Amino acid sequence: MKTGRVVHGGAIHRCTPAGADRIRLADGRLLAEAEVQWLAPFEPRTIFALALNYAQHASELAAKSSSDQAGFLQAQMHQPIVFLKGANSVVGHRSFTRRPAEAEFMHYECELAVVIGHEGRRIRRANALAHVAGYTVANDYAIRNFLEPYFRPNLRVKSRDGGTVLGPWLVPAAELPDPMALQLTTHLDGALVQQGCSADMIHDVPSLIEYLSGLMTLSPGDVILTGTPAGSVDVTAGSEVVCTVQGVGSLLNTLVSDWRA
Amino acid sequence: MKMVIGVLLNFPDAWAAAEPQMHHAPHFQPPRHPVLYFKPANTWCGDGDDIAVPAGVSEVELGATLGVVIGEPACAVRESEAMRHVAGYRVVNDIGLPETGLLRPPLAQKCRDRFCPMGPVVPADRVADPGKLRIRIAVNGRPQASHATVGLLRSVPQLLSAISEFATLDTGDMVLIGVPANPPRAHSGDKVVVEIDGVGRLENLFCAEGAT
Repeated sequence: MKTGRVVHGGAIHRCTPAGADRIRLADGRLLAEAEVQWLAPFEPRTIFALALNYAQHASELAAKSSSDQAGFLQAQMHQPIVFLKGANSVVGHRSFTRRPAEAEFMHYECELAVVIGHEGRRIRRANALAHVAGYTVANDYAIRNFLEPYFRPNLRVKSRDGGTVLGPWLVPAAELPDPMALQLTTHLDGALVQQGCSADMIHDVPSLIEYLSGLMTLSPGDVILTGTPAGSVDVTAGSEVVCTVQGVGSLLNTLVSDWRA
Repeated sequence: MKMVIGVLLNFPDAWAAAEPQMHHAPHFQPPRHPVLYFKPANTWCGDGDDIAVPAGVSEVELGATLGVVIGEPACAVRESEAMRHVAGYRVVNDIGLPETGLLRPPLAQKCRDRFCPMGPVVPADRVADPGKLRIRIAVNGRPQASHATVGLLRSVPQLLSAISEFATLDTGDMVLIGVPANPPRAHSGDKVVVEIDGVGRLENLFCAEGAT
């Protein structure tokens, strides 16, 4: 059963879906999904994220010439580019994210997020999915003009408060036997702006689990944001961004203008 | 504690060593903001814990440093107010594999299991000035390196201000002030002690992977 975490009446509750736009709290109360505050559906431990894990998105952002592109993609095939995101950055469904005044190009990234359920080190590909607790949707915001080529993507781009949207639901692995055949879409103010399929990942979910657990121990609550397909469009204050992963959920976030003087 | 953040190139000699490559591809210009990285939860361990040198690696770099522990959460704090958010300090060994590149986040180099041993927290009021501490490191009882926390490119309050501008630091989170150039190295079998006057002592034994 899909589960979420919400705040209602001054307390944190577990909840489950209860038909269109409605949720059921653990105590049985039925509520509209818009009348609660959504938290991330679990408390993340280490947040891993993939840069450029879809070939088309990599081409979109990377090199100008086709030979550069070929070389770049070859390097990318060899080893995934993984970065970490801070716990400070996490917000839930129906949250708000600040677009800083200095941002020139800020974009969403719709991603399939894989939540680890069982600790493991040196996990083999063939057994990797047995370590997965479930899946959720991630929107991994980036501000391109804040990028610096030092430990890129740098924390100022990827670990901003409000920059990692997770939710609404944690979908148990048993309900999603094949994570590698899911449609990913993003709608910006209702218009389709990003579309892809998890089948097109350069490094698929079992490979990522094998790679990361080859470096370090993976533990329950660790989450891997598996990268985003092509289709990056600048968002502005007031933009409503809905990231959808087929069978996992639709995650709403709204951009707000900079409230800092 | 949910976040431990390290900072690269914060000692003048470390910056100077990297400076020549900052003007060429893929960097083109020096970094304008602090170069930061995470030490994730799998790296955290304590005094007395054994640390594995990963299989296939002959030696590790020892990053003897000061950990600045956050008390009151810090969000967009000014430099002049930043020290009010410091609860204390701890001795940290920020371990890494040699030859960390500058371009990509150093997951494989700095995020191995137990690569961030840390001593107990000493309350902030017991440390008069975090910018005037002497850090010593010894391998198998032989002094290896000693440096002072003076002359940082970004002081503790400057670091806390720069980070909290975009990332709220929560109670217990920790910022590491950095490491000078040419850090000493350790091999499996080595006993490493890091000491900071007035803060404490941290001892760990390195062993071959599989032996912990």
